[in-house]
Amino acid sequence: MNGQGAVSALRAEGITKAYDGRVIIQDVSLHLEQGELVCLLGVSGAGKTTLFHSLSGLERPEEGHVYLFGEEITGHPGKISYMLQRDLLLPHKKILDNVALPLVIQGEKPRQAREKARVYFQQFGLEGTQDKYPAQLSGGMRQRAALLRTFLGSKGVVLLDEPFSALDALTKREIHRWYMEMMDQLKLTTLFITHDIDEAILLSDRIYILSGHPGTITAQWPVTAPRPRGLEFSLSDEFLGYKRTILSQLGL
Amino acid sequence: MKKSPSITSKLPALLALAVVVAIWFGVSEGGLVPEFMLPTPGQVVSALVTEFPTLMDNAAVTLQEAALGLAIGIAVALVLATLMHRVRALYRALYPLLVVTQTIPTIAIAPLLVLWMGFGMAPKVTLVALTTFFPIAVSLLEGYASTDKAAADLLRSMGASRWQIFRHLEFPAALSFFFSGLRVSVSYAVVGAVISEWLGGFEGLGVYMTRVRKAYAFDRMFAVIIFIVAVSLLLMALVTVLRRLAMPWEAYEKIERND
Repeated sequence: MNGQGAVSALRAEGITKAYDGRVIIQDVSLHLEQGELVCLLGVSGAGKTTLFHSLSGLERPEEGHVYLFGEEITGHPGKISYMLQRDLLLPHKKILDNVALPLVIQGEKPRQAREKARVYFQQFGLEGTQDKYPAQLSGGMRQRAALLRTFLGSKGVVLLDEPFSALDALTKREIHRWYMEMMDQLKLTTLFITHDIDEAILLSDRIYILSGHPGTITAQWPVTAPRPRGLEFSLSDEFLGYKRTILSQLGL
Repeated sequence: MKKSPSITSKLPALLALAVVVAIWFGVSEGGLVPEFMLPTPGQVVSALVTEFPTLMDNAAVTLQEAALGLAIGIAVALVLATLMHRVRALYRALYPLLVVTQTIPTIAIAPLLVLWMGFGMAPKVTLVALTTFFPIAVSLLEGYASTDKAAADLLRSMGASRWQIFRHLEFPAALSFFFSGLRVSVSYAVVGAVISEWLGGFEGLGVYMTRVRKAYAFDRMFAVIIFIVAVSLLLMALVTVLRRLAMPWEAYEKIERND
């Protein structure tokens, strides 16, 4: 285990994944402690999405292991909840059914799954959207619905692949604040891909940098600034200090 | 707001139709073509009115054949397309064959079917099934292939089985393609039934057509043609209604796209 007594929520050891003989990520190890929000920052093409596919079990890595609360889940999908880049709400299902889908997939009766999902609508700011179709919702609402679906399918750990990148700056700020509250309330552990450095500093407990060809973890820092991190923080010297370090690490 | 543009967009087509009817009127009433060869619009309308009960009786038979054949066509298309989608080897083996069968003219197989199956309903239903299954099968295959790969990944990451992915993602995504295919097939079904009736039978619009042709009753020939067109259009409209009922979410997607 991690030598500190507690079992990490998520732990990856020496993940190597290749496609058609080309190694995309090599020997990636990382860990998430319970309740942490950790960002994975990296330039495009460093293999962030490949890493997420390996962690979520969508792909079986050539080498390495993935553990969820100490249980090996390498190559087994359905254990970690994974939110892909777009909201990917199914257009033909009403929001309630979209959100309840992971429970149905896990074998629950649709009616039961709906009842379980319904409980969270208010908390996720989705009250009144239960019987609407995704096309009737705004981008921010759809994203929240997708987050609720991700949460409902999870056993405490979620992987988010640039979940907010399509949102405008104001919506993004709002949803950041909301997501931090949500994480606390729901006791979630989050690993988060972004290429937005500001977003990473604002949200993270720790930041990993994934870079190189093949991609590997080249650095990590804790972000110790107190929460909540508002506007003041994003204009502070401390914030700029983090940003400077990250930019130089990324070779920019 | 939604209605006015659709009327203005249909205006050119209505105008073109009016022009065609006007030319027809001019040519036939003006005596350019002898009356026994080209009836006037008025004669055709009166034939439609007097023959309407007979047309309806015959239509009942034709529509029965069309409906039965179409039902079989849909069932075969659903099973075949789904299997071909699931089993890649089957797709590679059957797809070229499917395309080739579609180049065989309906007119050419109809007499064969009559020889094999007699003058009853069987050859008609078979012909309709043969002509209708293809557009639906091809549309379904296209629809299955069109599913969002990322959405399939998402479902897999939830631990979904192939069947669950099919049921929650691929099949619903293929529905709009299915209805597009069905729209085409419905008109094929009526035409297919009529053609097969030409070659033998006791009742039906095709039989009626052969009879009035032999009598050189041009006004009734025109009347039955117009009648068949009207029936086909009605059936196509019915498919549109069914589609709206089966896919209520489509209405919202269109509104979004218009914005």
